[in-house]
Amino acid sequence: MRVMLAIARRELGAYFSTPLAAVFLAVFVAAAGALTFYAGGFFEQGQANLTAFFYFHPWLFLVLMPAIGMRLWAEERRTGTIELLMTSPVAVWQTVVGKFLAAWVFSGIALALTFPILVTVNLLGHPDNGVIIASYVGSLLMGGGILALACFISALTGNQVIAFVISVAAGLLFVMAGQEAVLAPLSGHLPDYFVELVRSLSPASHFEALTRGVLQLVDVIYFVSFIALMLFLNCQIIELRRGR
Amino acid sequence: MIEVDRLHKSFGIVDAVNGISFSVGKGEVVGFLGPNGAGKSTTMKMITGYLPASAGAIRICGLDVERDPKASKSHIGYLPEGAPLYGEMTPQALLDFWASVRGLSGTRRRERIRFVVEALELQPVLLRRIETLSKGYRRRVGFAQAMLHDPDVLILDEPTDGLDPNQKRQVRGLIRDMSADKAIIISTHLLEEVDAVCDRALVIDQGRIVLQGTPADLHAQSPWHNAVVVTVPPGRMQEARDLLRGLKGADRVEDRPETTGAPALWVIGKGRAALTSDVSIALAGAGISVLSMRTEEGRLDEVFRSVTGAGQA
Repeated sequence: MRVMLAIARRELGAYFSTPLAAVFLAVFVAAAGALTFYAGGFFEQGQANLTAFFYFHPWLFLVLMPAIGMRLWAEERRTGTIELLMTSPVAVWQTVVGKFLAAWVFSGIALALTFPILVTVNLLGHPDNGVIIASYVGSLLMGGGILALACFISALTGNQVIAFVISVAAGLLFVMAGQEAVLAPLSGHLPDYFVELVRSLSPASHFEALTRGVLQLVDVIYFVSFIALMLFLNCQIIELRRGR
Repeated sequence: MIEVDRLHKSFGIVDAVNGISFSVGKGEVVGFLGPNGAGKSTTMKMITGYLPASAGAIRICGLDVERDPKASKSHIGYLPEGAPLYGEMTPQALLDFWASVRGLSGTRRRERIRFVVEALELQPVLLRRIETLSKGYRRRVGFAQAMLHDPDVLILDEPTDGLDPNQKRQVRGLIRDMSADKAIIISTHLLEEVDAVCDRALVIDQGRIVLQGTPADLHAQSPWHNAVVVTVPPGRMQEARDLLRGLKGADRVEDRPETTGAPALWVIGKGRAALTSDVSIALAGAGISVLSMRTEEGRLDEVFRSVTGAGQA
């Protein structure tokens, strides 16, 4: 546990040691705000809730999570520090989880920095803050899912740009798994139960449930197990690619 | 402390390491010598547990590297080629990080960090970002990282590569200082390094050990080992050559320039015996003044060239 936290702390420090952190946080907060007010029509709706704000989060994460996940393994490989890490008495999962935690905490910081919107909506009306908190939890979990996917893909390649592009593509499939755009091409060629499986694995319904304010265990379990699966695959890849 | 038994490593169809066996005991510094691509780094990566071996076994302090990775790794300190470090950190933060990863805590943690900072004279740069440090300092931070947990085994891949002569001497001194209670392997392609720090050298070529022994053993492999190199006044060269050819113990006399470039006679004794006194007596008896005379130790680069592949001139 201590080792894992040491790895997470170092990794989090690495984010803040470059301008990446500031750029990322600024872009995230600005984009989240812009989407809420312009694309989401926050004022036009005239309702004291943050539906317009959270609606766009999966799409934002789609681009921004790969950006923070792509360097986690690619950078270690590029500099060769992975050799030191893999030759220290640390289990692979400790490194994998430590790195993911650092990136997740970082995305949590980004989410926390959107607090002015919370203040705004509370000044303008009387929103249900319980729903908003549940939505934040949902957003964090959704982001964690995409992030875990991006970490896994980062482990597959030593190239940050490739990691980014593939992560965005894979994230897009993940986010849209329940939508007709993905299901329609599948349904012609694959058995119905498979199409149903893809639909049921889609995060959309779980995310929606959370943003409606329904904090159900099943939705949380869904995201946590998806993250766990991705991290497990991440460990397997690191083991498999050991020294290649 | 390090036992390597019939180690193999193949990458696809290429055999990078092809049946290497050796052991290194406490207090020993062993040098891996060989051309680039000979398999030195690959062997080190297998010893440290970074690369899985294709066949063969490695034991560190009696622990099998593949079967007991965590325990064996805790006995090893490793300086990979180029001393990779997290450039955005300060040496202070980096040492703190590795101390946590290595499970050092409390007084021992403080003591070890203080020890390596002092031993490597890192105090002046402790709070500067590593990427802004000079190569020498960065290498020293890499050393500090490798020594931090006071490992029984140190694996140093080209520890002096890219350092200036003063830094090289400093690093070599450090390796010597540490060697008393550790087993150390260093790899190098600098032959002088073998003389400077190694108790024993393994010459590796194409994944095999082609020669091993103490630096003196290696020197003795040279065709000119124990040759007596004399220079005489130019006018008496011919006379001296004929005289020395007639010496009883002499195998042959060669005309080769001295290291200074001056023409000299190299007297090679039968069975490489050193004929120093015979040569001096003979020349003195003939009244030929000797401008310089020395006994050749044998140069490692000649030995190196003769035992490693012909393609590696």
